[in-house]
Amino acid sequence: MIRGLILMVLAMLAAPLAAQDSLPPAPYAYKQLDDPAQEKTAQDLMMTLRCLTCQSQSIADSDAPMAGDMRHQVRTRIAEGEDPEAIRAWLIERYGDWVSYQPQVTAMTWPLFAAPIVLLLFAALIARKRFGRARATGDKS
Amino acid sequence: MIAEIALAMLWLAAALAVLQLVLGSYALTVRGAEFLPAVRPIAVVQGVLVAIAFALLIVLFLRTDLSVKLVAANSHSLKPIIYKVAGAWGNHEGSMLLWVTVMGMAGGFVALLERRLNERTMVATLAGQAFVSLGFYAFMLFSSNPFERLNPAPAEGNGLNPLLQDPGLAFHPPTLYIGYVGLSIAFSFAIGALITRDVGPAFARAMRPWVMGAWIFLTLGITAGSWWAYYELGWGGWWFWDPVENASLMPWLAATALLHSVSVLATRNALKAWTVMLAVVAFSMSMVGTFLVRSGILTSVHAFAVDPERGSFILALLAIYIGGALALFGLRASTVTEGARFHLFSREGALVMNNVLLVGVLGIVLMGTLYPLVTEAFDTKVSVGPPYFNPVSAIFVFPMLIIMAAGPLMRWRSDNGRKLSSLMAVPALAAAVALALVVVFAGDIGILPLLGLVFAAGLAIASVLPLWKRNLRRTPAHIYGMVIAHLGIAVALAGMASESAFNTEKLVASEFGQSHTVGPWTIELQGVKPIAGANWTALEARLVARYGDSNVQTVLNPQSRMFASPPTATNEAALLTRWNGQLYAVLGEEGDDGRWQLRLWWKPFVPLIWYGGLMIGLGGILALVGRTSRDRRRKDEPEFEPTAAPAPDPAVAGGKEALA
Repeated sequence: MIRGLILMVLAMLAAPLAAQDSLPPAPYAYKQLDDPAQEKTAQDLMMTLRCLTCQSQSIADSDAPMAGDMRHQVRTRIAEGEDPEAIRAWLIERYGDWVSYQPQVTAMTWPLFAAPIVLLLFAALIARKRFGRARATGDKS
Repeated sequence: MIAEIALAMLWLAAALAVLQLVLGSYALTVRGAEFLPAVRPIAVVQGVLVAIAFALLIVLFLRTDLSVKLVAANSHSLKPIIYKVAGAWGNHEGSMLLWVTVMGMAGGFVALLERRLNERTMVATLAGQAFVSLGFYAFMLFSSNPFERLNPAPAEGNGLNPLLQDPGLAFHPPTLYIGYVGLSIAFSFAIGALITRDVGPAFARAMRPWVMGAWIFLTLGITAGSWWAYYELGWGGWWFWDPVENASLMPWLAATALLHSVSVLATRNALKAWTVMLAVVAFSMSMVGTFLVRSGILTSVHAFAVDPERGSFILALLAIYIGGALALFGLRASTVTEGARFHLFSREGALVMNNVLLVGVLGIVLMGTLYPLVTEAFDTKVSVGPPYFNPVSAIFVFPMLIIMAAGPLMRWRSDNGRKLSSLMAVPALAAAVALALVVVFAGDIGILPLLGLVFAAGLAIASVLPLWKRNLRRTPAHIYGMVIAHLGIAVALAGMASESAFNTEKLVASEFGQSHTVGPWTIELQGVKPIAGANWTALEARLVARYGDSNVQTVLNPQSRMFASPPTATNEAALLTRWNGQLYAVLGEEGDDGRWQLRLWWKPFVPLIWYGGLMIGLGGILALVGRTSRDRRRKDEPEFEPTAAPAPDPAVAGGKEALA
């Protein structure tokens, strides 16, 4: 009984403490990293991550609270020396492919990456078809 | 009463469009030839009626007639007058009315002004224009009536999205729409010429001013939209490959290709099938763009109509018009002769290559924009953004820039390359100098920005070379137009590359009296005070900026505004432009400790992006004016340009092929 009461009191004390680290202005939401090289890495990464609560904005240019939290995440992790692509992978695992403006090559997205090659081949084909003949007749006239 | 009159006008205009289509089609048959002269006046009256309907909608907004549903939903009696007017098209129904208005008026103007084209082709074109208009009239009258009443009328309206309450954005949609819908004329010309089997230089000369006009509006509209995104959204981004931005870029890419190919058809009687195809593609892209924006299929700031019924309606229209045009093209493609032949290594060859590359970029943008919708249908949400579009479009853009530099210096039909290689040494040298300068002074700025700066330097020099050794007084206006437009591409490219290469950003939480440095600037926050506007209140900061060691102080007043109706907060950035760049300051929120968030950027050479865009548009205007007056002077004979080095015996070749 007493132990239960103590646990309950402890839990009540702990709740606000636990809530505190998710409280609003995440320190690095609007603060840059001191090392310019690290800040640049973070900035480059943030430009390619989608703000999930906005409409077509990256987390680097949004005032939404969630974008601020994600900026904080990115900057903190970069400051800890984590690789930007590892951070992207972690975010994709957490929020899905939607979060990254840089599509990953998967079974679903490969046509995106095949498109430029197909278009180039197509262009080469048109040029060949058109100018192969043009050369033959052009010389005659 | 005004709303009812306007609605009646709209119905009448739609009825006339039916008449224009039916009578126009009948007039093309053997027995109906006597009706040929009736079609033009119908097109003119239709244009006038729909224009009256649109003018009346503006009147309703000016009077803030809240018994009209659209006005109540999008206006407010306290709004400044310019936004009352802009509110008329800043919403779904109004923008669709603007669409059919531009379409009807364009048809009317063609009917009034175009006298050189074969009358049968003209009538077929007007019938085609009526056919396309009808779909959009039906869409308006059956599912987006702008004149619907609201009973009882509310005491006050909802107001216009504050983000749209900006002088730049007030005129951005009409500019873009004139461009989008102006391309419908090219589409109808293509259909008309396919029907009467009349694809040739006369058709191209009739179509060219309309293509150029539409392209100028698109260019200026996109430039203005990018500028708006840059300063109004408060984060200094100027292009994000957002689907809505892409929706305006795609018609521009197609229109750019069309603009060049229609000139080749007009002057060289070549590229017939390709020109017709591009005319179909260009307006199809306008419709695809409208579908993307209007159907609410995208989640984006611009997409304010979320209604699947409307989406399916536009999709059906897309299928009918694009499918119909392509089917007609397929049926008639064999009757369109290929036209005059030329070598790959010639000015036409360069134009074709760049046309193909432009279509390649268009393919990439289309793919990247639509692909997320495809995967979403399979329950996978993916995002395609700048990390995809930038490098992939660069694959096409950089070769295009080289060809663009060389093309205007080449001869028509066939070039031996001797003169070209000596001329191209100069831009190549400029590019090498730029490369050396950037590598030495700027260090590692990333491959795309580096290439951008280097190519911009080369292209800037190459684009003025067509004037080399020419009599500058006797050079026709359209040559100046081309030079200025191409130079504008180089200028804009330099701005884009600088924006990603040289930006410096500073985010600070500032006390009063505290100074911060960003790039060469020192900026002090002196105070924050509340102020009020017509329909907003704001907090306005006073920042004092000094450049380098200079003692000149400039005051910047960024605001964070609160609009009452609808309740929204916006950031009004403060910009300070110098010849070598722009300082961009935004006021954020006040922290718990009483310090103010400031976002400061120094963006070297960034205004070049929009100066370049304006130059491209100006070049287009010069070319349009020059070409039109030239076309009017010599009416019937095929036109051949005096080039820097004329092609051997053009008159003989042209005469023969014009007959073919």
